Amino acid sequence: MFRNVAELIELAESKKCKIADIMIEQEMGVTGRSRDEVISFMDRNLTVMEEAVLRGITEDVKSHSGLTGGDGKLLQEYIKSGKSLSGDLMLDAVSKAMATNEVNAAMGTICATPTAGSAGVVPGTLFALKEKLKPERDQMIEYLFTAGAFGFVVANNASISGAAGGCQAEVGSATGMAAAAIVELAGGTPSQAAEAMAIALKNMLGLVCDPVAGLVEVPCVKRNAMGASNAIVAADMALAGIVSKIPCDEVIDAMYKIGQSMPSALRETAQGGLAATPTGRELEAKIFGIPLNEK
Amino acid sequence: MKYKSVFDIIGPIMIGPSSSHTAGAARIGRVARHLFGRKPEFANISFYGSFAKTYRGHGTDVAIVGGILDYDTFDTRIVDALTIAKQEGIKVKMTEEDAVTDHPNTARVIIGDKDDQIEVVGISIGGGKIEIIELNGFSLRLSGNHPALLIVHNDKYGAIAGVANILAKHEINIGHMEVSRKEKGKEALMVIEIDQNADEVIINELSTLPIVQQVVKIHD
Repeated sequence: MFRNVAELIELAESKKCKIADIMIEQEMGVTGRSRDEVISFMDRNLTVMEEAVLRGITEDVKSHSGLTGGDGKLLQEYIKSGKSLSGDLMLDAVSKAMATNEVNAAMGTICATPTAGSAGVVPGTLFALKEKLKPERDQMIEYLFTAGAFGFVVANNASISGAAGGCQAEVGSATGMAAAAIVELAGGTPSQAAEAMAIALKNMLGLVCDPVAGLVEVPCVKRNAMGASNAIVAADMALAGIVSKIPCDEVIDAMYKIGQSMPSALRETAQGGLAATPTGRELEAKIFGIPLNEK
Repeated sequence: MKYKSVFDIIGPIMIGPSSSHTAGAARIGRVARHLFGRKPEFANISFYGSFAKTYRGHGTDVAIVGGILDYDTFDTRIVDALTIAKQEGIKVKMTEEDAVTDHPNTARVIIGDKDDQIEVVGISIGGGKIEIIELNGFSLRLSGNHPALLIVHNDKYGAIAGVANILAKHEINIGHMEVSRKEKGKEALMVIEIDQNADEVIINELSTLPIVQQVVKIHD
């Protein structure tokens, strides 16, 4: 069983296989399930992701609070106008990441990757890359195993909980996971995948969890948007041969320590950050009748 | 290692909006339901930390009650769980606690009926994963990921050997086990996570041990 990214990369390189294969083998060992069972489990998750993305970019999704919904769809229309500055692939990923989180905020069905609040980044990037790289279904399933392998290391060595480690632990982890999976899907090496994860996560360090009214909406939906774009850029950088001066495992460790020193007001309590801005408080008052901190 | 499966990371499939505050809460409620073993008549739920501050926005309230109704994380009935509980005659009471707990997402669930009640404390550690840390005043650590046996017994020599012998005879492997007691020589609790499911025959056999007071089985 791999305990950190270094061991994961070492395993994949020595066996001359993909990171996805290492994760699949480990899952088989831990659960006693056959390869087919493990793959069909992930296939089911992929289907849920696909349905959430589709729903978010085609339907008029709106959350109960009315704070979020419709932005993923809006961005799709903007892409069609041909005026996009950051590129169609980039915006498609951003749109699909937001779409997933908008469905989540509306209490729709999603697959947590690694959490619900950060569920947009991994599928958003995958379904955007699908248009360009034209992967087979098997490769899309592998993408999720690769992302899962990196997330597994983060969850065991740091945290994937906003209440414990801030948004860096949720969208930050998802971004790193996606960056690594993109590299593998695009044909990069296992160590390039680790570099992409390191580069992506470094740029998410310190990100606090400060949801307005305690809802997984503002700023979560747009943080997933930026997570998706960050992941693609980090993957491109790693594929170009750029390496992180700080190794991936040390970045994960830094994330953990930053999370531990974050005040509770910035860890999913709706007491600080954007939640505590005048507008944040106003929205909160409107949604619940009274601000939570004056109860 | 807290997380053992890739499906703790890519998964669960769930109703939004929060894996820890919605899916995790549903799982805590559901473990409580399985431990109680039947539909309760009342549920008193206390929220601590981030749960207490944000439970309404995250649907933690509907999710935990959905779990008590035995709904899984992806069951769309979760959205209407409070209404359904009311229709089914379950009295639900929720309290926001100020006390500071070790984990920011902690819930205490007391469910029961006129005959019996149980008290469960669960924590939601991220990505929908939970741990049960207290049952009826006993400290324990139960992931809910594997089938498990909870055995209330007298704190006396031979208790562990007696239970282990029966499991061995039926070729049941123990994956994780812990024993806790409130006081030396009094009531004690054995928590055994097992690799195979224990059938009724085994449960009955365990129940007949003179030292054993109660056996509860939880499926994964």
